[in-house]
Amino acid sequence: MSRQATSPWCLWPEHADTVTTAPRGSSVRTRLLWTVAGFGALALAAITLAPLAGSTDVSLARVFDRTLPYADNIDAQIFFVARLPRVLAAALVGSSLALSGVVFQALLRNPLASPDTLGVSAGASLGAMLAITFGADVSLFGLSAIPMASFTGSLGALTIVYGLSVVRRSGTSTMVLLLGGVTLTALLSAIMGFVQFMADFTQTFRNVRWMMGSLDVASYSPIVAALVPTAVAWGGFATLPRVLDLISLGAESAAARGVDVRRAERVALVSASLATGAAVSLAGPVAFVGIVVPHLVRLVVGADHRLVLPGSALFGAALLIACDLVARTAMAPLELPVGIVTALVGGPVFLWLLFRRT
Amino acid sequence: MRTALSSLLLAVALIIAGEARPASQSSGDTAPRRIVSLVPATTEMLYAMGAGSRLIGVGSYDRFPRDVESLPKLGGLLDPNTEQLLALRPDLVIVYDTQAELRQRLERARIPMWSYSLKALPDVAATMRALGARIGMASAGESAAGRIEAQLRAVQARVAGRPRPRSLLIFGRESGALRGINASGGYGFLHDLLELAGAVDVLSDIKQAAVPMSSEMVLARRPDVIIELHYGEAWPANRLDAERRVWSGLPSVPAVRNNRIHLLTGDEFVVPGPRVTLAAERLARTIHPDAFR
Repeated sequence: MSRQATSPWCLWPEHADTVTTAPRGSSVRTRLLWTVAGFGALALAAITLAPLAGSTDVSLARVFDRTLPYADNIDAQIFFVARLPRVLAAALVGSSLALSGVVFQALLRNPLASPDTLGVSAGASLGAMLAITFGADVSLFGLSAIPMASFTGSLGALTIVYGLSVVRRSGTSTMVLLLGGVTLTALLSAIMGFVQFMADFTQTFRNVRWMMGSLDVASYSPIVAALVPTAVAWGGFATLPRVLDLISLGAESAAARGVDVRRAERVALVSASLATGAAVSLAGPVAFVGIVVPHLVRLVVGADHRLVLPGSALFGAALLIACDLVARTAMAPLELPVGIVTALVGGPVFLWLLFRRT
Repeated sequence: MRTALSSLLLAVALIIAGEARPASQSSGDTAPRRIVSLVPATTEMLYAMGAGSRLIGVGSYDRFPRDVESLPKLGGLLDPNTEQLLALRPDLVIVYDTQAELRQRLERARIPMWSYSLKALPDVAATMRALGARIGMASAGESAAGRIEAQLRAVQARVAGRPRPRSLLIFGRESGALRGINASGGYGFLHDLLELAGAVDVLSDIKQAAVPMSSEMVLARRPDVIIELHYGEAWPANRLDAERRVWSGLPSVPAVRNNRIHLLTGDEFVVPGPRVTLAAERLARTIHPDAFR
């Protein structure tokens, strides 16, 4: 698999020509196959192996023992209620955050962009915090108040960001969008601070815990609910690979090659925001996955988005499942918040990869 | 020579003693009349020993007794309002042990203070005695503390000899879902209350006051009784039912199948003050309803 750049900043396609002169169809197809096979094997291994381990010992024979009624079968309940939904949630959240990271980094032409750059993540957090602090107790289709409020919050932030992207002039696009997003994040964080200030002691505690992220969803309904916006987002992502290649080189050159840049940018913005909102409302703000997975995948497969997008989705899923496994077992019987593990495990790995190449 | 040595030793001893205790704590000679208590537990203690009328300000989390409503609220553990506090010209401020910054400021302003910390249930009565002594009401503090101890012993005696169910005490959970569960671990006054009320704490091996619990942990620990605490307003019956039903997702947990999920509302479970006796009795009634027939 080829790597174009030799500069230390090889994580980022600075060298425009190498991207556009990407290999022709057949060779891309082979590389895509390898990418999907390689990262797919990782993700598959993670999905099958992770439910087998946890803070308690579970006998697989008992889990699938049909002679025991389910209501009496603790092993089966641990497997099917406590572990499997959790692993599936990790897969969904990990891949969504990684894909959003890829898209935001290309859209904003900035290697530091991540799913939380444009305020969508902060909007989702604010929604959750409001639900916790003001004790909302509505529930719908087996979905409780906090994920609903959180997703609503992300939609609110998306509306504002989308508004920014519509009113801005083309030409100054990304910079304005980036600054607008950073400002929105700061504003929403300030409101979160105010909500925290109004909250009482136990609520503050729960708010802080929520902000650390948790994949222990304990049922399948939140995952199914999150799948709806996620599917829409993935539909959007599917149209993007070639366009993102061109956009990441610059809006003008993309337009010169016949891309409807503004339309493509909006599809990218809305898809990535929906995926982020769904992920954060399901698991809380899980740090680090969205910014680092795209870079790690680019290190392996190069900058072609036809490879980076599927590779990131699969690797994001595998990484988050693995981090959650560490979170569940490292301090058993206690569990670490998964957001802490993603940063503690992934951060040093990323730094090592970065400096190893300089 | 000998006297010189002994007076030197005495001086050293005094210095050590002086250093061991904050200067301002030892400087309160006359009985304070203008007391600020930022800690709900000590506020309740002052009322219980008949010193409520000396309070001129309380913390933001103070709700009990009703009289505190008319007093100025001066912030809480994280956000004490120093300016308003100083303006009240208190002659004793009761602060949390961990409020280092506030304590420094009070020290600079030469306002006497008394720092509060609590680790376990016996500390409630001990704090009451110490506080009574500090404000010149040692005998009132002593008798109020004695009452608490006697009532706790009575609750303990009432449930003595009965089988002790393995119980889980939860003080926070996401509403409508089995997520974000926080339970009392094997340390702290809630744990002590649970065991005093005739239960075995399923988390007693985890020596932490608060334990974040996953659904796997709940399944693995198999509590016979689950008690969930709520604060603030009491919930209507339909919400209580809905919250109880959430547990049906874990049918192998004995508490779930035997219908022993109990939801209790009350501030007495968060304030380790004189009302711990009430908290203990409510827990005991919940765990051993037969003992109170």
